[in-house]
This record gives sequence, C-alpha cells and structure tokens, in this order.
Amino acid sequence: MIEFKNISKSFGDKLVLNDVSHAMQSGKANLIIGTSGSGKTVLQKCLVGLFEPDQGEIIYDGISFTQMNDDDRKMLRQQIGMLFQGSALFDSMTVEDNVKFPLDMFTNDSQTTKLKRVNEVLERVNLVGSNKKFPSEISGGMKKRVGIARAIVLNPKFLFCDEPNSGLDPQTSMLIDQLIYDITKDFNMTTIINTHDMNSVMEIGDNILYLKDGKKEWTGNKKDIIFSENENLNQFIFASEFLQGAKRLRMMEEKR
Amino acid sequence: MTFFTHLGRYILMLKGMFSKPENPKLYWKEFMHQCAEIGIGSIGIVSIISVFMGAVSAVQTAYQIVNPFISKTIISQIVRDTVILEFAPTLICIVLAGVVGSKIASELGNMRVSEQIDALEIMGINTKTYLVLPKIAAAIVTVPMLTVLAMLLGILGGRLTVSLSGILSTDSYDRGLRELFVPYNVFFALIKAYTFAFIISSIPAYFGYYVKGGSLEIGRSSTTSVVVSCIVILFADYILAALLL
Repeated sequence: MIEFKNISKSFGDKLVLNDVSHAMQSGKANLIIGTSGSGKTVLQKCLVGLFEPDQGEIIYDGISFTQMNDDDRKMLRQQIGMLFQGSALFDSMTVEDNVKFPLDMFTNDSQTTKLKRVNEVLERVNLVGSNKKFPSEISGGMKKRVGIARAIVLNPKFLFCDEPNSGLDPQTSMLIDQLIYDITKDFNMTTIINTHDMNSVMEIGDNILYLKDGKKEWTGNKKDIIFSENENLNQFIFASEFLQGAKRLRMMEEKR
Repeated sequence: MTFFTHLGRYILMLKGMFSKPENPKLYWKEFMHQCAEIGIGSIGIVSIISVFMGAVSAVQTAYQIVNPFISKTIISQIVRDTVILEFAPTLICIVLAGVVGSKIASELGNMRVSEQIDALEIMGINTKTYLVLPKIAAAIVTVPMLTVLAMLLGILGGRLTVSLSGILSTDSYDRGLRELFVPYNVFFALIKAYTFAFIISSIPAYFGYYVKGGSLEIGRSSTTSVVVSCIVILFADYILAALLL
C-alpha cells in the first residue's frame, strides 16, 4: 500500500499541491483525476521521488519514502514501474532493447533468459513481432504498450501511469485501460493512474482521488461517483449533456 | 539564474557522477560507445582542419620571411611550435566544442525533455553516472589522441605545402623540424588537451542535463553550451600558458 500524508508542493509562489493525504490500495487500480493543472502529475512525481514535496510524508508498505536515503530509494525504485505520458522510450534502441534494458541493468540472467522474459511481456501487451522495430516506426498506442512492457518486465509491486491514454483514439484508450487493469489484477500490483479520461474513471476506477486546484476534493470508487453529489466532481466528470444522460442511466441500473 | 547558481549546480552534477555503477558491463559499453562517437566520429573534421591549419601557417610564415640572412628552415620550426603549442590543442578543441559539445547538449536535452532521464531515474539508475560520466571519460581519453593526430597532420600539411609550392625542400623542412625541438611543448599541449576535453564535455553535459522546456530550449542550451565552452577554453588556455610556460 502507498500512503501519503499532508503533501504540499509549490513552484516559486505557485502552490501546486496543498495538504493532500490519501491511501492507494494494494492490488487495485487507483486513479488520480482532475482537470489539467490540478496537480496530478506533480503528485505522482512526488510519489516516485522525481520531485521532493515541501512537506508531508510518503509511505510505501509502512516504510517512509521521504526519509529514505538515496541507496534505499534506489532499491525501492526497482520495485516501481512507470509509464510516462509520452512513453519515454529510448529512441536509439529497438522495442526489444527498450524492454530488455532494465533486465540488462539489474539482473545477471543469460541473454536467452532475458529474451524469453522480453517476449513474455511483449506477448502480454499484444506486441508480438515488433521486437526489432524502433520507437519512431510504431504508433502511439504501440509505444504506450512498449512503455507498459518495460515498466512490468522486472515484476514491480507498484505501477505508475501518467495519462496512459492521452493522444489515443477512444478504442485504443479502452484497450490500454483494460490492459493496465488486467495486469494490475494478474500480478496483484498497486497501480496509480493519472487520468482525465472519463471512460477510464468509469471502467477501472477501484479507488479514485479527485484533485481540484491542488487540493483533495473527493475520494471514492467508480460506483460512488455515480451517486456523488459533489458539485465540482459532477461538473468535471459529467461535463456534457450526453454524459449527464449516461449518469442518469447508470444510476437507474445501479438502483435496480 | 546567477553565475554562482550555475556553478554550484555544475559542481553538484560532477559530484553526483561518482557512484557505484548498477551494472559495470553496461557502463563500459556506454563508455566505449561514447569513445567511438566522440573520438572516431571526429577524426574526419580534425584531419581536414589540421592539414589546412599546417599548410596555411607554413605559407604565411614563408611569406613573412623576407630577410635572406634568415635560414628558411625556421619555417618548419615555426609551423611545428605553433601547431604543437596552440593550433592542435586549442583550435581543435574549439572546433570539437562545436561538434561534440553541441551533440552532447542536444542528446541529453532531448532525453530530459522526452522524460527518458526520468524513466532511467525511476528504474533506480543514477543518470549522472550512466549518462554524463561516460561522455566526460570518453572525451578525456579521446581528445588528447585527436590532439596528437592534429599535431602530426598539421606538421605534415605544412611539409606538403612547402614542398609542392617550392618554398623549401622536404629534407630542409625535416631538418628544421629537428632543430631546437623542446619535448616539454608536447607535454604542455597534452595538459591543455586533457583540460579542454573536460571542459568541452562537462559544460555541454550540464546545459543538456538541466534543460527545461521543449525543442526551442534544447537548441538554445546547445548554443549556450558551445559559447560558454569556447570562452572557458580561451580563459583556461591563458591560465595554463601563464602557469606552465
């Protein structure tokens, strides 16, 4: 479980996160939602240590991450996988080398064992046959899947995804969401997903944290969201007439 | 940002490079890759510049020697000493600051902007050790080699020109090369080459590693890194000359 207490972070005079506390549940898809600029990415970067919070504490499985020294953080980070918004694949490496990189760096396995593991994870993300392609030769959705494959190749306990379906068409977005959700369940990972995609919220939101202007505004799950009376949340999630209609329908279904 | 903020962050970056590698084999591979990129990749430009540098200095020296009482073998002595003392280490390193420095800055800048450096950090890799150290180490190993190559080709360029244009016979040129030769000059040139190698790799690495923004900022940091490297090279050139000559 990942727990964070009273996290605040500012850049210059701008307070981006304001006293945010929450607990991310193990083996579940934990979503951080909010409008652009609400502090989702900054919060996620604080959780993985790319940013240092100005105040507050981050706890991984009962151990304080904020008080860890660099060596302990390095050890913990080997249990963390992260999918970046732009995939962050290494341009000069093939798909296979990208996925194999963490294995080359942190294991002493033979090349055969490593390649076997690479093929396993590529198969898991439905990317068989793309091993020798370069990132510039594959589509945005495929890049996301390579990013997921690289993030899970070392069997991490924690998977972080920053806007996994940004820039993707709705169908591919749903496939990526489902893939992340299945991986979370199959490998019992604690997955933290930043998103403002409503499909993701309604389909895979086991545990949702809604941020507004850097503050925790609401928490719950995909069922609670239907019945929530939080005005800001409803305006954010069900912004269009169409989505408001969908909400009413879902409420009727849930009540039945 | 003030000069002292940059200086402090630069020193912290250098300090941060020294940590135990996660997998020495992979670091060695990266070091060899950088040696090939910086060293072998620059042989062409260094060769062309060196030959013409020697040729031009030979012709210009011959043009200025009008007194019949001065032996013409002095042409090869002047070419030899200017090439060894100044042209090979300083001019070549200024050219390399443009060629290698801009490449280092834009490569690291692009990795920073596209979150590849963050991806490595998340994996638990010290990116300063993995990305910056091999570049600086490779430059320190290969740039002095390129400087020695530049010395040889510069002197050969001068020899070729004076013989082809009939200014001096090759025998006289070679005799001049051996006269009043001070081996310390080569040592001094190598000291300069090592110093400049560190400058042309670490300064662009700093500007690339800490770039913020997008492609425009990558270009800007690349240009800044070359300008700053050239100024620091000239400054270091003066300090070393004042201290060691």
